[in-house]
Amino acid sequence: MILMNAVEEQYKKEIPVFSIGDTVRVHVKVIEGDKERVQAFEGYVIARKGGGIRETFTVRKISYGVGVERIFPLHSPIIQSIQLVKRGDVRKAKLYYIRYKKGKDTKIKEKAREQR
Amino acid sequence: MRAIIGKKIGMTQVFLEQGTIVPVTVIEAGPCCVVQVKTLERDGYEALKLGFIEVQKERRVNKPQRGVFAKAGVKPYKVLREFKIAGKKVGEFVTVDDFKAGDKVKVSGISKGKGFQGVMKRHNYKGGPGSHGSMFNRAPGSIGQSSFPSRVFKNKGLPGHMGCERVTVSNLSVVGVKSEQNLILVEGAVPGPTGNIVEIKAE
Repeated sequence: MILMNAVEEQYKKEIPVFSIGDTVRVHVKVIEGDKERVQAFEGYVIARKGGGIRETFTVRKISYGVGVERIFPLHSPIIQSIQLVKRGDVRKAKLYYIRYKKGKDTKIKEKAREQR
Repeated sequence: MRAIIGKKIGMTQVFLEQGTIVPVTVIEAGPCCVVQVKTLERDGYEALKLGFIEVQKERRVNKPQRGVFAKAGVKPYKVLREFKIAGKKVGEFVTVDDFKAGDKVKVSGISKGKGFQGVMKRHNYKGGPGSHGSMFNRAPGSIGQSSFPSRVFKNKGLPGHMGCERVTVSNLSVVGVKSEQNLILVEGAVPGPTGNIVEIKAE
């Protein structure tokens, strides 16, 4: 546990609860020259991997007909905020199969209601 | 020169401001008590003997050692190491505050034991093809010439025991220092398993 304490301040304090299949909007800091601006990347969360400070999540979106995936370290300082857009109803922990689907099959059903 | 004794806690990662991930080794270093000061007049060279990790039960220290600690007026320590540093008196402590982020350090320790290993792992020989009927897979091949010199040259790399030896990794940079927890974060890997005693030196 002392290992965790060593990089304690690197952990993000507030991370919204989101899981596989959810649609999220990730606000990413982009540095252009000496200017800094915030860019949004919205898509399905198709994987969450790793634990602790190493945890990452993969967001997939379709941009101009081309599938784009971005892997974000969950605790990365370039992520300004993560916004939960929609909850998805899925049965798998990794949605890699969605890459090979076309049309209607690429859609993820929205969760009817919260089960807590 | 600055030096300290530490214990390897393990590896993790830290983020830099731009989001770059740096792999770091966490080392719990010090506080190390100065147990003895070696002087030019008395010992022929100048150095400090540092102690690290207090002994919990004094009966675990043998009697001659106990006498050494009692004479110096310090608590008994498990680990003793000598460094060519100066400027401290007996009973004073060396702490991680001597180091700061951006320093280049050398880290020495006993590497992980690998047991009896062949030449490919131990000496980076190339070996032979893995398939297509090859029977020369991981063998060292020829180890010398013929009737002259009729012997194998010294230092020829052959299979044998690997690891479990003192290894120094130089030019590692310090990523961060946490003085309240006595921790040093060093970029990259350092020798040995978790819990290994390592020596950290900086110019």
